[in-house]
Amino acid sequence: MADEMKTPLLDDLEKGRWPSFVTDLKQAAAKKASAKDLMGQLEKSYVDRIGHWKHGGIVGVKGYGGGVIGRYTDMPGDFPGVEHFHTIRVNQPSGWFYNTKALRELCEVWDKHGSGLTNFHGATGDIILLGTTTDHLQPCFDDLANIGFDLGGSGSALRTPSACVGPARCEWACFDSLDVCHTITNAFQSQLHRPMFPYKFKIKISGCSNDCVAAIARSDMSIIGTWKGNIRINQDEVRACAQGGMNIQAEVVDLCPTHCMGWDGTTLTLDDRECNRCMHCINLMPKALRQGVERGASILVGGKAPIVHGALLGWVAVPFIKLEPPYDELLEFINKVFDWWDENGKMRERLGELINRQGMGKFLKAMGLKPAPQMIKRPRANPYYFWREGVN
Amino acid sequence: MATRTDFGPPDYREMLPPVIKANYGKWLYHERPQPGVLKHVAESGDALYTVRVGSERLLSTDKVRELCDLAEKYCGGYLRFTSRHNIEFLVSDANLLAPLLGELKARGLPVGGTGHSITNIVHTQGWVHCHTPATDASGVVKAVMDELFDYFGTMDLPAYCRISLACCLNMCGAVHCSDIAILGIHRKPPQINHDIVKAKCEIPNVIAACPTGAIRPDPARKSLTVNEDRCMYCGNCYTMCPGMPVADSAGDGVSIWVGGKVSNTRGGPAFSRLVIPYLPNTPPRWPETVAAVKNIVEVWAKHARKHERMGEWIERIGWERFFELSGIPFAEQLIDDFTTAPETYRTTAAFKW
Ligand code: SF4
Ligand code: SF4
Ligand code: SF4
Ligand code: SF4
Repeated sequence: MADEMKTPLLDDLEKGRWPSFVTDLKQAAAKKASAKDLMGQLEKSYVDRIGHWKHGGIVGVKGYGGGVIGRYTDMPGDFPGVEHFHTIRVNQPSGWFYNTKALRELCEVWDKHGSGLTNFHGATGDIILLGTTTDHLQPCFDDLANIGFDLGGSGSALRTPSACVGPARCEWACFDSLDVCHTITNAFQSQLHRPMFPYKFKIKISGCSNDCVAAIARSDMSIIGTWKGNIRINQDEVRACAQGGMNIQAEVVDLCPTHCMGWDGTTLTLDDRECNRCMHCINLMPKALRQGVERGASILVGGKAPIVHGALLGWVAVPFIKLEPPYDELLEFINKVFDWWDENGKMRERLGELINRQGMGKFLKAMGLKPAPQMIKRPRANPYYFWREGVN
Repeated sequence: MATRTDFGPPDYREMLPPVIKANYGKWLYHERPQPGVLKHVAESGDALYTVRVGSERLLSTDKVRELCDLAEKYCGGYLRFTSRHNIEFLVSDANLLAPLLGELKARGLPVGGTGHSITNIVHTQGWVHCHTPATDASGVVKAVMDELFDYFGTMDLPAYCRISLACCLNMCGAVHCSDIAILGIHRKPPQINHDIVKAKCEIPNVIAACPTGAIRPDPARKSLTVNEDRCMYCGNCYTMCPGMPVADSAGDGVSIWVGGKVSNTRGGPAFSRLVIPYLPNTPPRWPETVAAVKNIVEVWAKHARKHERMGEWIERIGWERFFELSGIPFAEQLIDDFTTAPETYRTTAAFKW
C-alpha cells in the first residue's frame, strides 16, 4: 500500500493471548478500503477518546421497516470509505447452529457487498454485518435472500428472538427451545420487520431456569423451562459423586434454597413438594439427578435494561404452560400481550413500565390470567388498594 | 423476480450435525473431561464432545472461513456459537478430539470457558460502530481478557464469574445482571445544538424521554433547555434527538458493577450493584479498568465459599465487608437517589464495622 496507515494504539491490542479483533480488522483492511478507513477512524477514536459516528440515519430495503442501522462517519474527509457504513442485522438460525456451507455463502455475500467485518453475534442474537454503503443495501439483501437469510429486527419492533441450545445438546431442556424460537420468529415476521410498537419488544427462550440466554434480565417476555413432579434420583450415581470427592452435605444439601434435601452418607432424600426447581442440585450432579417428567415452561413478562425508568427483572405471569407444537396457546398469549401493550403503551414505554404504570392486576385481567401466589414474592404492605367491580 | 420478504431465518434443523439430529431431546447427562471440553451422553449411548473456543466476536470473513475449515476437518462441517460469543466445535468422533485441540492450540485459539471459569465477556459495539458509546467495547474486552486469560482455561474458581460490558446505558446485552459489569458512562449534560433540535427533533418526545424530567421546552427558540442539576447524563435524549450530544472525551469513562446473576439457582436472579462510579477512558488498554476487575475477581476467589457467586458471597459477608476486603473506596454515587432508591437503604440497626 502506498499510503501505509499507522495505527500504533490498535497495534498494541494485537499483543496478548486473547484473540484480537485488531487482527480481524487488518485482515479486512487488506481487502477493503472501507475496513481500512474503519481502522483509521477507530485509531482516531483511541487518540481522541470519543466515537466518530454521526447520529444514525434511516436507511432500509424494500418491504422492510427495519433490520438496517444507518451509520455515517463525522470525518468523511479523512475517512471517505466509511462515509456510509451501515449495519445489517441478519436473523440467526435458532440456537446459533450453522453448517459451513451456509457460513461460507454468507461470507461470500458480505465480501461482495460490505466491509468483510461481522459480529458473531450481536447482543440480541442476530448475525451483524458491519458496514456497507447505501447503494449496496438492496443488492446485498437480495443476495442474502437467495441464500436463505432474512433480516432481524430493529427499532420499535419485535427484536429477533433467541434461544438456548436446548434439546439439541442439553439434557435440561424442558421444551424444544429451538423450535419455539423458530415458530415465534416465523409467526411474527411482520412485527419483526415493520416497527409499529410503542418501543422494542424482546422475547428470549431458555429451556430451563439456568437461563443461559439471560431471558429474565432483558426480555419483555421470557419463556423459561420448568417441570412438575419429582426429581428423579439415581442413588448409585449420588454415591459415585460422593466417592468422587463431592461433599454432598455442604455443596448440595446445605445450598438448597428451600432446605428440602437430606443426606445420611448413603441416600439422598428430597421433599419434592418443597423444591422450587432452582436447578442447583441438578447442575451439580447431572448424572444422579434428573428433572421431573412433566415438563413445560413459565412465562415471565416485563424484564428490561434501565432505559427509560430503570431496569426490571421479568415477573411470573404464567406459572406453567405446556409447550408442544403447534404452540397455539403460546402464540395466542403473545398476541394478547402485543395488543394490550400496543393499545395502552406510551411512546418508548416497555411492557414492564406499562405494567408498572397501570398495575399488574390490570394486566392479568386483560390477559385473562387468574392471580396466584406464584406470581409474587410477597403481598403488598400498603393499604392503597381498589375495590372495583369485576376485580377477580 | 419480485423481492421476497418475511421468509424468516434458515431452518435450524438444516444446521444440526447428524449426531444431534439422532439424539435430539434425548441427552442423558454431561461431564467436563477437561477445561473447555464438554462430553454429552445420550440415551442411545452416543457421545458428543463440545470444544468451546473464545472469540473476539468482531470477526472478519477470513476468520469465519478459518473456523469453517476447522469445522469441516473435525466436525463434519458443523459448528455453533454461544450467547457469550464463544465458538463451539461439535465433535462426534472421539478420535478427532485430541487433534482438534492440538490444532486450536497451534493456531492460538483459546479453549476454555466451561465450569468454574471466567468465560468470554458479552459486549457491544463501542467506538467501532455505535453512535452513543461512552467507551470502546472490543478494546476494553481484549485488555481485560488478556489479563484474566488463565481463568478462561481453568476451572478453579469458587463458581463461575460472568463479566459483561456495555458501552452506554442503553445496555445492549444484559450487563445489569452480571457478576461484574463494565458500563460506559457519560458525565456531562448534553450540549444542545438549537439549530439541529429545531430542524430534526420532536420536542415533546425528547422531553418525555428524560427519566429525571430535566428537559423543558424553550418556546422562544423552538428548542429545549436542560436543567443541568437534574441531568444524570444517560444519553436518552440524544437517542431521540441528534441535537443533544452527550459524549465528551474528558468526561466519558467506565463504571464497575458487581454481584448480579441471571440463573435461578439458589437465591435467584439479581441486579449488579455500582461499586466504582468512574474510571477514565485510557486506550488502548484501560489499565485502571483492568486492575479494578482483576482485583474484584481475586478478592472474591480468595474469600468466597465453593459455589458462591460474586453476589452471594457479598450478601453473606455484607457490603461493608466487601468494601473493606476489596479496598474500593465508598463513593457517594453508590447511594441510590433514583425512584428505586428506598429498597437499597439499610432498614435494620444490625450491621458490621
Ligand atoms: S437454559 Fe437450561 S436447557 Fe437451555 S442450555 Fe441452559 S441449562 Fe440447558
Ligand atoms: S432444585 Fe433447588 S430447590 Fe429443588 S431440591 Fe434441588 S437445590 Fe433444592
Ligand atoms: S451499549 Fe449503547 S453505545 Fe454500546 S452498542 Fe449498545 S447502544 Fe451503542
Ligand atoms: S442525558 Fe438523560 S438525564 Fe440528561 S437531559 Fe438527556 S435524557 Fe435527561
